[in-house]
Order: sequence, then structure tokens, then C-alpha cells
Amino acid sequence: MSGIVLDKISMVYTLNDGGEVHALDDVSLDIADGEIVTVLGPSGCGKTTLLNILAGFLSPTKGEVRVEGKPVTGPGPDRGMVFQQGALFEWLTVSENVSFGPRMAGKPKKEIAETVAHLLDTVGLQGFGEKPVYQLSGGMQQRVALARCLANDPKVILMDEPLGALDALTREKMQGLVLKLWKEFGKTILLITHSVEEALFLGERLIVMAPRPGRIKKEFRLPFADQGLSKDPRDIKAAPDFVRTREEILSMIWEMEEQIMGQSESETSE
Amino acid sequence: MSNQKKPSELAIWLGIADTSFTRQKTVKFGDASAVNSGRIYSILIVIALVALWIISSVFGLVKPFYWPTIDGTIDRFIKLLTEGFRNTPLWEHVGISIYRVISGVLYGSLVGIPLGFAMGLSSIARGLFDPIVEFMRPIPPLALIPLIILWFGIDETAKIFLLFLASLFIMTIAARSGVSSVRVSKVHAAYSLGASRLQILRNVILPNALPEIFTGIRTSMGVCWGTVVAAELVAADKGVGSMIMIAKNFLQTDTVVLGITIIGLIGYAIEMAMRWAERRLIPWKGKG
Ligand SMILES: Nc1ncnc2c1ncn2[C@@H]1O[C@H](COP(=O)(O)OP(=O)(O)OP(=O)(O)O)[C@@H](O)[C@H]1O
Ligand SMILES: [Mg+2]
Repeated sequence: MSGIVLDKISMVYTLNDGGEVHALDDVSLDIADGEIVTVLGPSGCGKTTLLNILAGFLSPTKGEVRVEGKPVTGPGPDRGMVFQQGALFEWLTVSENVSFGPRMAGKPKKEIAETVAHLLDTVGLQGFGEKPVYQLSGGMQQRVALARCLANDPKVILMDEPLGALDALTREKMQGLVLKLWKEFGKTILLITHSVEEALFLGERLIVMAPRPGRIKKEFRLPFADQGLSKDPRDIKAAPDFVRTREEILSMIWEMEEQIMGQSESETSE
Repeated sequence: MSNQKKPSELAIWLGIADTSFTRQKTVKFGDASAVNSGRIYSILIVIALVALWIISSVFGLVKPFYWPTIDGTIDRFIKLLTEGFRNTPLWEHVGISIYRVISGVLYGSLVGIPLGFAMGLSSIARGLFDPIVEFMRPIPPLALIPLIILWFGIDETAKIFLLFLASLFIMTIAARSGVSSVRVSKVHAAYSLGASRLQILRNVILPNALPEIFTGIRTSMGVCWGTVVAAELVAADKGVGSMIMIAKNFLQTDTVVLGITIIGLIGYAIEMAMRWAERRLIPWKGKG
């Protein structure tokens, strides 16, 4: 049974002035169980829209999403979310944030305590359980967000620029954590990022999207995520293969950006 | 520079000396954080005012009808404490005013918070109550006194109803804006963690709105304190407001001045107590 199926998804936003934005046009994508897929593309190409449709927060104007064969009609605990920032519950402690899902499901207290302890350990936050989340650094907050998501044991994890607000060093460390969690928990992961390097490093498969209308431009199969835990990340990122693909994708994105600029220039000069 | 003598803590507290950090700043004009407390001047002005009062009392510069003498005021204060005012102890006058405020805020919250929540969460509730809330919002509570007297007369119910109205609209608006301020990503996260609507209301929307609800309670307390004093001036036989109004009829300027001072101090104490409670109860305020 395949993990996620996006079946000819189109999304058109109708604006108040009657105009239309074709955020996604006929996007199809299969993601296998346990696969980690990264999505990259210029700003406004519909990445967040795609993720929100998968999560069930938006229903597409055309097409269907299926997770484990079941059509998606709304959000659900089978699809965990990790947002860029600001989605933690600041009135709760770290532990209370992590245990949110199991508590809502009415799991036994003892089981919850064990899950939380184990997950805090896994994401490297042992001893921080009783802290209020607003006292943690940005990187630690994202660790809490990951743990909170895992505590609910979803089949699929959807992440929208989860590391986007972090500084470069913290970001590299967190990339390692994402890979580790992927290997350890065997989840299906879809991760959106603006960083070409991150998309290459984390994705078994990398999807490059193009804007206006939002669509899939190119797909890459990559070996780097598999090597990620056994090799030094710095070596992987400096390997000739990695650098070559990075440059290829970068010039592809630059081309798209230039097209967008050209389009909007001709629009404004009219 | 570093061999400069460190200013004593007392000097910094008094505002005679800058902290060592501020001293190193070269730009001070326009940098509000470089303006120190200037407490020495606060102390001087208080001393000067008290001295002026003593001098005018000793030499009888102002007629006690306009402003009481200091010894007369102290005597009056002791009398108020021991004998009360018009057969009612001072604490009872103060107590009943505070009781009215707390009742008003309590009832206002009990109705206003659910109302604000409904308005923030449902178009029907918002449509139904928006005209009423927006119409009532700019009306000063005191302007309602005549109508309330016509409805309820001047008994206790009337006063508490007035304060209830004063806090109701503040609480409704606070709760509504608390609900609307919730970041949609938090609600989305909760749904993706399997929470039901009711659980989201209880575990996400409510705690998220608490800081604004609390600010609403604090504002209500302040407004109700002002309103209760004014309402007691109009019609009441107990309460600090009525105390100073009756004292005026007997030309007891000292009681009037004491009453005004007590009103000010209690208003200040309410504000401080609420801020303290806010820090204790809602430490996450502004940290989302
Ligand atoms: N609620 C909305 N109403 C109208 N248009 C929208 C709405 N949300 C998004 N859009 C438009 O749809 C397009 C895709 O938006 P989306 O947020 O999915 O892009 P994105 O790839 O996530 O961009 P970014 O990289 O900047 O996050 C954009 O042109 C955007 O302006
Ligand atoms: Mg986006």
C-alpha cells in the first residue's frame, strides 16, 4: 500500500477582486511508505498550499489526496505537522507540549510519561521537560515540535520549512536530527525547504516546483539521505556529486526567478 | 575609564548617578533608557509639598474650608479609624465600595467572556451582538445612571447592575479579541494532533485568550472603581464615594480630602495587585 498519493491536484484561489491565482495545476505525486521527500521551489510556487492540502486544512479545487488508500477530507492524527515556528503552545511546559496528542486521545498517564521521557531523550532535551517552552532557544523549540509530532505516532510527517528560522549552525545540527528520526521511526516524511543544500541532504527524492501555475518541474533521486547518518555531513555536502546537483538545481531556480522577474516587469510596464 | 569609581547602589537608586552601562553611552538625548529614575527629585518634591502644608497649617495661610490643616486631617483620620463616619466604620465604607466593584467585574466576566468567545467563534453570534457591543462601547457608564435609577431605583441592585454593564462590554471585547488573536498554526497543530473541537476550545483557544481576558479584568477593575465612586456620589448612603459627598454637605473638607486620598490609594493598589496576579498566573503573556 502506497503511503501518499496526490492525484491530479489543482488549486485555484479566487481573490476578492474576482482575479484567480493558480497556486497548483495538475500536480500528481506518489510517496512510498517510509520515504523522505523534499520539496523546493521559488517563493509563491504553491509549496505551502500543497502541504496544507495534504494536511487536510484546504480542499483542492480539483483532484484527490489519499493517505494509505483513504481520501483526505480534513486534518487528522495520521498526518503530523511541524511548522516553521510559533506553533508550540506557549502556556504549556516542554513535556506538556510533547504529551498533547496522547493526552487528547486519553491515553493512560503512565504510558504518556514513558513516551515523553523517551522522546525528550531522542531529540536531546532530557532534563528540559519542566521548562516553559518560551524559555528555549529556537533550535530547542523545533526539537519540541518534532517530539510533539512523534508522540502522536503519525504515519506521515509534513514539515513546512521546519528549520527556516534557525541560524546556519543550528540548522545543520537539526538536519542530522531529522535524518536520525526518519531512520529510527521509519516515518513517511514530506519536507518543504528554501535551502537547496538542505533539500539535497535530506531528500531521498527531491521535487523542484515551478510557479505560475504551481507545478512539478523536475524530480531527482538522491543517495545522500541514506549516507547521512554513516558519513560526515560536511563530507557529503562537499562531494562532487552533491555539488554538481546543487549547482544544477540552483541554476534551474535562478532561471525561474528571472522568468518571474521578466513577467512582472512586462506586467508593470504595460 | 574603567578605573572610574563605581557609583554606590544608593546613588543609582536615587538617580544621582547613572549605572555603569548608561555612563558609557555617548548618546543620551533621545535614548529613553538612558533617562534615570530621578528619584531624588521625587523625594524632594514630596518633602517640599508636605513642608508647604505644615507651614500653611501653622500660620493659617489657607482657610480650613478650602484645604484642611495637617493636624486637623490627622485627627480626623484617627477619628475615622476609631469612630467611623456617621456611625459606619471607615473599613465598611471602603469595603462596600470594593465589594461592589468585585461583584460588578465578576458578573460582567461571567456573561462577557462566553459572549466574547461566541462572537469570536461564530458568525451568527458576531452578527447578533456586534451592533449592541459597538453601540455600548463608547458610552461612559455614568451616562447610564439615570436610566438605571428609573429601572431599579437607587438600591444595591442598581449599583451592581451599573458596574456589571461597565465591565460587561470591556470583558466581551477582551474575550473576543483574545479568541481572534489565536494563531491559526496553533489550531492547525492541535487538529493534526487529533484534538476535537471542544478540546481545542478548552486547550488552545482558552489559554491563548487568557492574557487578553486578564487585561480586560484589569481594565474593568479600574473603570468600575471610577464608576462606583461616581455612582456613590449620586446616590448611596454607604461607600467611599457617598462618604465624601456627605462630608461635603457638612463642610468637612478634611474628610473629603482623606476620602479622595483613600480612593486614589485603593485604585493604585487594585492596579498593582492585578499586575502582580498577571505575572504569577500568566507568565507566558507576550511570549507566543
Ligand atoms: N489564501 C490565499 N488567497 C489567495 N491567494 C493565495 C492564498 N494563499 C496563497 N495564495 C497564493 O498562492 C500562491 C502559492 O502560495 P504558497 O503560499 O503555497 O507558496 P509557497 O511556495 O509556500 O511560497 P513561500 O516559499 O513564499 O512560502 C502564491 O501566489 C500566493 O500568493
Ligand atoms: Mg510557504
